[in-house]
Amino acid sequence: MTLKPILQGLSFAVASTVLSTAAIAEDPIKVGVLHSLSGTMAISETTLKDTVLMMVEQQNEAGGLLGRPLEAVVVDPASNWPLFAEKARELLTQEEVDVIFGSWTSVSRKSVLPVLEELNGLMFYPVQYEGEESSKNVFYTGAAPNQQAIPAVDYLRNELGVERWVLAGTDYVYPRTTNKILEAYLMDLGVAEEDIMINYTPFSHSDWQSIVSDIKTFGSAGKKTAVVSTINGDANVPFYKELGNQGVSSADIPVIAFSVGEEELSGFDTSPLVGHLAAWNYFQSVDADVNYDFIDMWHAYIGDEDRVTNDPMEATYIGFKMWVQAVEQAGTTDVDAVEQAMIGQTVANLSGGTAVMNRNHHLSKPVLIGEIQDDGQFEIVWQTAGVVPGDAWSDYLPGSKMLLADWSAPLKCGNYNTETGTCSGTVY
Amino acid sequence: MKQALLMFGCWLALWSTPTVAETDTTSSYDDLLMALTEADLNATQPILEKIEATGHPEVLSLFQTLLDGNLHFRKADQVLLSIVDVNGTDQYTEFQSGTAIEPLGRRDVSKIRVNNNLRNFLSSAIGRLQLRSSEPDLRSAAVLSLLTTLDAATADDLAELRREESNRTVLSSIDLALAMYSARSANTVAAQITAIDTLSDRLQPEARNLLFDLERNADNPAVREAATAALKKIDGKVTFYGYVDQLFFGLSLGSVLLLAAIGLAITFGVMGVINMAHGEMLMLGAYTTYVVQLLMPGFINYSLWVAIPAAFIVAGLFGILIERCVIRFLHGRPLETLLATFGISLILQQLVRTVFSPLNRRVAAPDWMSGSLEINPVLSLTYNRLTILIFALIVFVALLVIMKKTALGLYVRAVSQNRDMAKAMGIKTDRVDALTFGLGSGIAGIGGVALSQLTNVGPNLGQAYIIDSFMVVVFGGVGNLLGTLVAAFTLGIANKFLEPVTGTVLASILVLVFIILFIQKRPKGLFPQRGRAAE
Repeated sequence: MTLKPILQGLSFAVASTVLSTAAIAEDPIKVGVLHSLSGTMAISETTLKDTVLMMVEQQNEAGGLLGRPLEAVVVDPASNWPLFAEKARELLTQEEVDVIFGSWTSVSRKSVLPVLEELNGLMFYPVQYEGEESSKNVFYTGAAPNQQAIPAVDYLRNELGVERWVLAGTDYVYPRTTNKILEAYLMDLGVAEEDIMINYTPFSHSDWQSIVSDIKTFGSAGKKTAVVSTINGDANVPFYKELGNQGVSSADIPVIAFSVGEEELSGFDTSPLVGHLAAWNYFQSVDADVNYDFIDMWHAYIGDEDRVTNDPMEATYIGFKMWVQAVEQAGTTDVDAVEQAMIGQTVANLSGGTAVMNRNHHLSKPVLIGEIQDDGQFEIVWQTAGVVPGDAWSDYLPGSKMLLADWSAPLKCGNYNTETGTCSGTVY
Repeated sequence: MKQALLMFGCWLALWSTPTVAETDTTSSYDDLLMALTEADLNATQPILEKIEATGHPEVLSLFQTLLDGNLHFRKADQVLLSIVDVNGTDQYTEFQSGTAIEPLGRRDVSKIRVNNNLRNFLSSAIGRLQLRSSEPDLRSAAVLSLLTTLDAATADDLAELRREESNRTVLSSIDLALAMYSARSANTVAAQITAIDTLSDRLQPEARNLLFDLERNADNPAVREAATAALKKIDGKVTFYGYVDQLFFGLSLGSVLLLAAIGLAITFGVMGVINMAHGEMLMLGAYTTYVVQLLMPGFINYSLWVAIPAAFIVAGLFGILIERCVIRFLHGRPLETLLATFGISLILQQLVRTVFSPLNRRVAAPDWMSGSLEINPVLSLTYNRLTILIFALIVFVALLVIMKKTALGLYVRAVSQNRDMAKAMGIKTDRVDALTFGLGSGIAGIGGVALSQLTNVGPNLGQAYIIDSFMVVVFGGVGNLLGTLVAAFTLGIANKFLEPVTGTVLASILVLVFIILFIQKRPKGLFPQRGRAAE
């Protein structure tokens, strides 16, 4: 080994540092990343941290933002919900980040919200969730229930003729609210109470024998049965293993999941699960050039051809692009200016069509239903004709159907009550 | 490039010769294959029906490839390809000609997609095609796949096959299929009722579903009554097997608790060390399984046999290390021991986080532990749980033998009962302490191997079991191995019988409350140690 290449590399590094400092003389724009890198949610959230870092790197290669470089600040809230609030405070007060990309579980988002509102921070939340919320300081780039749960149930009813429903979830706010909405929706459609079974399990639950056996029994009552699963985190692995071992096939009792994507499936052998379903706004198997470009970019960044892409990554991608556009449009990273500039931003979906940021801080996106394949990918078996605008407040719950979120002038309210004409101020 | 051209030539020759020579059916079969590449999901089934109707010899392999999700087509010329994953690399074959070709990029091929409806259609079509297979298992499976979709023509076909059939399993499947067919669509009420009576002996969910349907929707009241009677008979059996199932679940949970707690029964129960790092010994065992599987990638089926001794040694050595470096300095100071071992547990968790990443690791299940032992259509015992139940009992018996029949066991009991006296008799108490702690930790490591098959292998694995382990040991009576066994199975069964009534979360709470009350009444657990040594 000669000294020459090293010297060359060194001089190049020095030169580029000098160049970039010359070109971008100002302080960096700080991007906070608030995803669990350990604990029960690490299986899902680590990927999102890497996605944000990839987008930051790409933006820097393209010359930064407003002539300034981007700098990612990564913290680890360790799947510990109260720690999310502490880490968010640390990001906003000590690191003074301009924007936060973060959170997966709703309980962690709810824990961050008061901090965001108090310190007027800005957060992009990239995961499907239960709705019933619209904060001035949060943009929700994942699906609201009407963009995931409701279309999924419609698909099961109309295409598969399902009449009996098991709503199985992890015991926390997202599954409980989603199941409340679904139960109200199913009751509206005339499903009898005895045809709905609701079951909750703790995080990281591993002994699924009796629950799967109950589902089998519930499903052998003469009516087509399906499981709507809001089970979150690593509990899914033993759940699907048990389904496979007890021989629950998708032909008899299909399971449709809202929290299981390519990343969660990459951990194990999916051949016993072929045909079980998931509802998302994006699948890696989407046949579109913009999607293939994204996958190639991801593989090049992570250096591993076997890594998969998934829906929350797309949501992170859309959120990041929109934020960049909004900052450019506003000409500043000031939270209030960016927040107003965000509304109406458009970015091409990886799954087709264009995502629009609506006035309620939710996106318009298409809804896809996929079936699990033996290679851990999803086969898209159904999709909505166009994009579906996200609805912050569910139309199926008596307490929220008269509520409306609109953050544009003149209303500027997260929960405007259309019946009384008032804005109560508390948005969650 | 030359090779590709040559291949293209070959393919052209193969493609064109039969079309010229053969009749219309073949060409329409080819047309249908072409249509298959253009159809969307809703239009696929009619095409498949037409393909089945052509009776072309390739249909079975076509449907099988499609069902396996391996059928693709080249976007450029719509030629069907089968892409099969062989040991991690995709092998591309032209479906009709069978010639192997160079792998293509993912943008150049498109998959022929199937959904659940199509999969149902395909498996029943494959069933129809395999009815005359030479394998009895295939024949039986073929008949069973037809249960709900039987039409008049296939029913006649089945009746004909029944006359030639000699295999009892296949005969029983055919009888079931025919009974279901006549219960649904026989001409006379009497025939329907006879068929329903036959069905009342069967436990297949398909038969039950049909009876439910008849009970609700049959036109004739006599048929409805017969269906109700048959369902009542079936439900009796189903309820019985349901209890058997729950008992098995309870035993299985009990065996997991036993494996988790049995090591603690030594370190806490016999030695009296409050070992908060016990859960981490389980975790070390589970990670050892993972490493062993990494080291022998082609031999997943045998890796567990290597992992068991390896986990025992790894966890045991860690145990001895902890005992030598920390615990021996803290004899008779339970509070300090508790804090010190808790610290060790945090250190070990952070250690695996640093070495293996905080993400869960994937431990593969060997083939012989996947699937289930089907006793009848409503009662099946999963192999992994069954294996672990037996394994737990073997470990328990082995430990019992060590404690009761070996010199080490004698020393351990002597030291734990009266340290000073044992020392006076010439027992090297230090060495015995270290070995005992190593034994307990090693056994915990073996428990970890079993747990790796059931739950996620991650840094937090131990945390999930430490409370349960202490619960079992305290409930069973500290210092009593047999008590640990009884306690583990009692708690497991109680939990599983409560779960369907109260839900998972409440069931664990109720069990905990029960133990608290029980300990109030009998502070020394189920089987307290007696005699002066216990004081």
